[in-house]
Amino acid sequence: MEFMILIHSDESTPPPAPGEPGFDEFMGEWMTYNQSLIEGGHWVSAASLAPTITATTLRRSPGQAPEIVDGPFAETKEQFGGYYLISAESLDEAIELAGKLPMGSGSLEIRPVAFRPDAE
Amino acid sequence: MLALLTRRFRNLDAADDAVQEALITALSAWKSGIPKNPAAWLYTVARNALIDQIRRAEASRRQLHAAAPELTAHHTNHNEEEEPDLIMDASSLGDERLRLLLLCCHPALDRDTQVALTLRLAGGLTAAEVAAAYLLPEATLTQRVVRAKRKIREAGMPLSIPANLNERVGALLRVLYLIFNEGYLSRGAEHVTRVDLITEAIRLTRQVVDELPSSAEAEGLLALELYHHARSASRVDGAGELVLLERQDRSGWNLAEITEANARLRNAMTHMAPGPYQVQAIIAGHHANARTAADTDWSAIAELYSQLAQMAPNPVVDLNRAVAIAMADGPLAGLTMLDRLTGLNDYHLFHATRGELLARAGRPAAASFERARQLTNNDAERRHLARRMTETSPASAASPGETPGRATIA
Repeated sequence: MEFMILIHSDESTPPPAPGEPGFDEFMGEWMTYNQSLIEGGHWVSAASLAPTITATTLRRSPGQAPEIVDGPFAETKEQFGGYYLISAESLDEAIELAGKLPMGSGSLEIRPVAFRPDAE
Repeated sequence: MLALLTRRFRNLDAADDAVQEALITALSAWKSGIPKNPAAWLYTVARNALIDQIRRAEASRRQLHAAAPELTAHHTNHNEEEEPDLIMDASSLGDERLRLLLLCCHPALDRDTQVALTLRLAGGLTAAEVAAAYLLPEATLTQRVVRAKRKIREAGMPLSIPANLNERVGALLRVLYLIFNEGYLSRGAEHVTRVDLITEAIRLTRQVVDELPSSAEAEGLLALELYHHARSASRVDGAGELVLLERQDRSGWNLAEITEANARLRNAMTHMAPGPYQVQAIIAGHHANARTAADTDWSAIAELYSQLAQMAPNPVVDLNRAVAIAMADGPLAGLTMLDRLTGLNDYHLFHATRGELLARAGRPAAASFERARQLTNNDAERRHLARRMTETSPASAASPGETPGRATIA
């Protein structure tokens, strides 16, 4: 089986940025964890996302054009149920591709991937 | 210039800073004489500042790459290929300007942000000017713009002509229309120092029309704005009080602007692509071209509002239609329609209109005027409503008029 682990954390206390004190230690711990997954045969893919300020939400309803909303997904009646990791030229292309998902009602939050260790 | 630099360096934020810096440099450098081609001078200074900045960023990126290669592996390289220094070619400039306007009105930005960015970046107003125009603290406006620039940069929003151009132009026109409306409504208020949003909206709409000559709705919007602007000097009297359309001094209307609006509207309609801005322009044209208030063809206007309601259903349009019906067929016919409307109970102009129609029908109107007065923040409108409350004898009743997209009393 494959499982997805969703990471929720407080953006108001960001980790050290590259070049800041503590960055190497911080990155090192993640790299060690990743390596342990790889060696144990558990690794599929992982990514950290850009902060929610970059988020755009697409509201989908049957038979209607998707409604584009500035900001992250904030509805609590709908539950996280799956994901796509896509490659697109721009936000516009990502919105276009997300608009074609064969789903009825629901919401899609679109955010750029900030960093993915297994990206080429 | 901002559009050109943003396009070339793919960084709106840095380009904006560079242009601001170049303008500051120019302030002192030009004291000893203005260069032959000021625009090219500014462009060159701003571009050099940007290249410097990119070199510095590249240097620290290389350092980071050495330390943590995985973090920079898919970092996009900035394009530093040489271009001729003077690219003030009007055709390419116009195209970049349109791209910048479309980016400012990108649907992944919320409406308030679109308005702020359009004025700040495409309109070239300062943050202080935009904040003053919307009566916002400057810090709020600045924060909104900073957040938007960050989203544009980090979320991968492209500065390109989108595939769904028509839709995107629709969003752009809506923003220009909102800016125009805001300017129009603030006219009667006390803020004489506010930047003229009407002039700004007209200037930006002209740019869109120049770039997209086949967009009937863009030209329709321009015609609409010109019709209203032509009448603006007569909307407020010497004491700063609102003057009802019916009582405005028509000799004070700007005939050159009305003539241009007529030509723009005719041209827009040759595309045979009707839309709400064109219909509103036709309505405004009926008013602007009527020699006297009594010459106004209210039946035609009522019919146009009913067309508009079909294109863009909106209770405010229905309110305007009720006014036109009242003017064509009498206040009782207007009141009958008003009483069928829903969703306008908190809208001051609904109550102001109801008050006027009641007064004209010889019925008590004070309660409606009072409700309207409580619901508006505009000082000139408040004074006008208080006045109407005290003088609601049927003989002195005045008529409601119209503004773009909303019923109003002036």
